Amino acid sequence: MVEPIIRLDNIHKSYGKDDILKGISLEIMEGEVVVIIGPSGTGKSTLLRCINQLTVPNSGRVWVDGVELTDPKVDINKARRHIGFVFQDVNLFNHLNALNNISIGLKLVLGMPAPNAKEKALLELKRVGLEQKADLYPGQLSGGQKQRVAIARALAMDPRVMLFDEPTSALDPELIGEVLEVMKKLAREGMTMVCVTHEMGFAREVASRIIFMEHGVVVEEGSPEQMFANPQFNRTREFLGKISELYGKHTE
Amino acid sequence: MTEIFSGLIPYILTGLQVTLEVTVLALGMGFLIGLALALLRVYGGKASSSIIAVVTMVIRALPHILLLLLAYFAIAAVVNLTPFWAGSLSLAIISSAYQCEILRGALLSVGAGQMMAARTLGMTRLQAIRHIILPQALRQAIPAWSNEAAIVVKDSSLVYVLGVPEILRKAQYYSARTYQPFTAFIAVAVVYFLLTFLTNRGLSALERKLRTPG
Amino acid sequence: MTYLTFLEIALPELWEGTLITLQITLITLIIGFVIGFPAALARIYGGKALGAISTAYTEVLRGTPVLVQLFIIYYGLPQFGVTLPAFSAAYIALGLNSGAYQAEYFRGAIQAISSGQMLAAQSLGMNKLKAIIHIIIPQAFRLALPAWANEVVSMVKVTSIVYLTAVPDLMTKAKMLSSKYFNPIETYLTAAVFYLVIIGILTVVLSYIEKTTRIPGLEMEAEAR
Repeated sequence: MVEPIIRLDNIHKSYGKDDILKGISLEIMEGEVVVIIGPSGTGKSTLLRCINQLTVPNSGRVWVDGVELTDPKVDINKARRHIGFVFQDVNLFNHLNALNNISIGLKLVLGMPAPNAKEKALLELKRVGLEQKADLYPGQLSGGQKQRVAIARALAMDPRVMLFDEPTSALDPELIGEVLEVMKKLAREGMTMVCVTHEMGFAREVASRIIFMEHGVVVEEGSPEQMFANPQFNRTREFLGKISELYGKHTE
Repeated sequence: MTEIFSGLIPYILTGLQVTLEVTVLALGMGFLIGLALALLRVYGGKASSSIIAVVTMVIRALPHILLLLLAYFAIAAVVNLTPFWAGSLSLAIISSAYQCEILRGALLSVGAGQMMAARTLGMTRLQAIRHIILPQALRQAIPAWSNEAAIVVKDSSLVYVLGVPEILRKAQYYSARTYQPFTAFIAVAVVYFLLTFLTNRGLSALERKLRTPG
Repeated sequence: MTYLTFLEIALPELWEGTLITLQITLITLIIGFVIGFPAALARIYGGKALGAISTAYTEVLRGTPVLVQLFIIYYGLPQFGVTLPAFSAAYIALGLNSGAYQAEYFRGAIQAISSGQMLAAQSLGMNKLKAIIHIIIPQAFRLALPAWANEVVSMVKVTSIVYLTAVPDLMTKAKMLSSKYFNPIETYLTAAVFYLVIIGILTVVLSYIEKTTRIPGLEMEAEAR
């Protein structure tokens, strides 16, 4: 039997009295593209952050690539090297140009010599179509370009999985397309991806599975065809109808 | 130890009134001068505006102790004032340059739309400034002004060099008499700290009280 | 005596004093940085005890007159048999004072950096120390530069109080000349020109440095002292 590359077992997370995650279990296989949807405040981002332990769950266990990250003995910094994470608010390092944003992790975390790191960073910039922008600082890039650099920064670490936390929701509508193109390309190349997003065009095109979350639990999951055509729950149908109306148009 | 509470502190506190008077005079006169300068700087003609800009910039670039002595001797050349009044007036002139800058920033932060709206109602420029711009600007200026107030509290120690019997001078007298300079100067530091602390607290309470909703 | 003959005597004296003023400014700024920057880090990352010490230090030093601080070190310490030369006392007192202000500027700069920067560094596998050194501190330095430039100018002005402890700086020289030649207004105006030139040059140099090291999108408003 093939082991899942990401496994979550009964994850609970609460902030004070607010229960954000109420026992989430999930298995994601290598090469899968999983899209997580659900109303805001449902815990999607928290769930994603629990995977790379930027948020530490109150209880439950997380495995990525065969290593249990919730094990206190595990070196979490080492584990995070190979879990790419893309933030909603991008978080490029403001004092570094595009190239150095990508190479800093290679040099500092992987110990790569500077010339090799630079070469690899340029390659990653090319992958997202921004090799011309290597010398520009985040403040000189458009929102879409920034997010593509952020994706390149994560990809440079040769991640086993990529986590996307609403990567396009802070962008102007006309800049969303370029980011989604990069993500689609990545999906077609076989990258294992977990994406919190409401871009239903993207989900329809490349998702192998859609997970609908609400109030800290998984309500329903299935293939895009099944979820769009024949959802089991009314709640799912309602929600999909609403977001298709809101987000569907510009990605068609 | 009991000497500190029975001798030192009561003695230093005999200078407290002078320190407070110098501070309040310097701040108050500095405010009036600074406000006039700021209004001229923002709403006055080009010439007066640039002259004020240069003069306040020069004052803000110079050490306060140098300005104090310069103003003290300049005042003495014109009128016969006691060191107390000459010192307070000198500190007021210094502070007015900083307060002018604070108030100018506050006046400018009230958008041009406010002036236009007031003028469309038929108010004169002066009425608009007095009733629309200033109330908003002064409220806006409180945090920076409170910072300046604390600076003037501390600067009041400079009139020590003119021989004005404020708390630092009292501490010095005490230390000369008892050979306990450390104790004396620490005690005076505590008094200054309480004064700046209370100034900041008091003014931030005032700010909260005056804050416009929304 | 005409003003010109006075200048002939005064200029070399004031120039000597200027060099001392610059020397004290430079040394106290360095001492202030060595104390202030760690104090800022301690306040933000140091936990409760270190944070409280750092807070107390900055609040007390900023809440009391620098003149009193200098008197405590120079005139006060001899009460315990510790007598410091005037220069050392000035370095220590003004250095400690500058450290408190510098700590506040660096703290402001560090706190202006969004928490996402730390998260992004951690998501790449950096540990907290590496993230602070390579991601947070470089940005904090750049953000603090305008406020720090203000502190340089401030320190030139603040150093003038050392004339009360007989350090032969620009202010002291002016004071000596004015009591020797009984022309305080002329002397202090001349000294004022010296201060203006020092501060003018420093302002130009610092704003040039600021311009050449500007990083697009990485800016923060300077606070006045």
